[in-house]
Amino acid sequence: MTPADCFAKLPDLLSDDADLLRRGRWLSVDCRIDIGSEPFHLTLAQGALAAFERGPRLMLSTVFTVRATDDAWHHHWRRMPEPGWHDLFALTKRGAASFEGDLRPLLQNLQYFKDLLALPRRLPEAP
Amino acid sequence: MAPVLDPMVGRYVRLDIDGTPHRLYFEEAGSGIPLVCLHTAGADGRQFRHLLADPEITSRFRVIAFDMPWHGKSTPPDGWEKTEYRLTTASYTATIRAFCQALELDRPVVMGCSIGGRIVLNLAIAHAAEFRALVALEAADFQQPWYDTAWLHRPDVHGGEVCAALISGLIAPQSPPVSRHETLWMYMQGGPGIFKGDLYFYRVDGDLREKVKSIDTDVCPLYLLTGEYDFSCTAEDTLRTAAQIPGAQVQVMKELGHFPMSENPARFREYILPVLEKIAAA
Repeated sequence: MTPADCFAKLPDLLSDDADLLRRGRWLSVDCRIDIGSEPFHLTLAQGALAAFERGPRLMLSTVFTVRATDDAWHHHWRRMPEPGWHDLFALTKRGAASFEGDLRPLLQNLQYFKDLLALPRRLPEAP
Repeated sequence: MAPVLDPMVGRYVRLDIDGTPHRLYFEEAGSGIPLVCLHTAGADGRQFRHLLADPEITSRFRVIAFDMPWHGKSTPPDGWEKTEYRLTTASYTATIRAFCQALELDRPVVMGCSIGGRIVLNLAIAHAAEFRALVALEAADFQQPWYDTAWLHRPDVHGGEVCAALISGLIAPQSPPVSRHETLWMYMQGGPGIFKGDLYFYRVDGDLREKVKSIDTDVCPLYLLTGEYDFSCTAEDTLRTAAQIPGAQVQVMKELGHFPMSENPARFREYILPVLEKIAAA
């Protein structure tokens, strides 16, 4: 299973996490997450996924984008990630990930996004 | 039923730091060699509560953890509302020395973490003869920044929550969830702009490259310990620093991050007890 295939399971992973949904209840935003070369477009409404689209969409606006290499996501989603791969900022510091756009909603809800983007660790397929 | 009490007691001490009156809160437990503990940026002395409650340590050490000015229960100086807090190498060093003098500590051991570890290196550079031993946790002469501190203090982002969320990644994934969240809670409680003000020392004013080469460990032994999951002060940063200091004793701690004493007290104990043993035996 590719990292993008893992991330495609995000809707089920999030709907199973009542605590994360509760913590995101003040958050509504459109954002983009790139898993290697594959973009995903997320519409978050009160912490839940109102829309989730995989693949390129022409001229679709987004507030911010988080992107990382396939290798970075693969390491990040290990059930027990290794040092230097275990946090989004560890990834950006090593040059394997980046944040772009209006980062205010990301920083206003930083723990939510860190936890959201770590959910694939819970997949049975997690390495 | 008798009350269940933790062994540490808390008090306030009045002292002048660079001519300014301060009222600092500290907690202590035990007797013997004074061991002064310095908390991380934006936090307070509660990070050391497990050391303060460890009979194996307090039977030989008088463990003392104080809240820096502007932190925890220490009262900010009069007129604080008209100033922007900024920690510097000089003000941090003056605070530690003033506290040790106010409590009349005889050649204490100082153990500091993160900014506390960095300032320990400065104590080794500039005031080694005043201390019995120095322990620098998560410390290096310099570290590469990994985020813009402007996000830490602005009206449209909750300061406590963003500080905690940023540093959450510095905690090792193996650390117990209860200890992880207690560590984060302390970050959520910092005063506005205080974490950012501490990082002025860390990022701008406290660059000790080149200066660490002058440390003489014959005057005062120096121990450096860094968690392998700390990507702010990496193991490589600490090893590079130690390599420039003849006689410095260095260790990389497995399955620990940037807050070893609070994020996983049981694991940290395995590393710090032998260090304290050596210090007590010297």
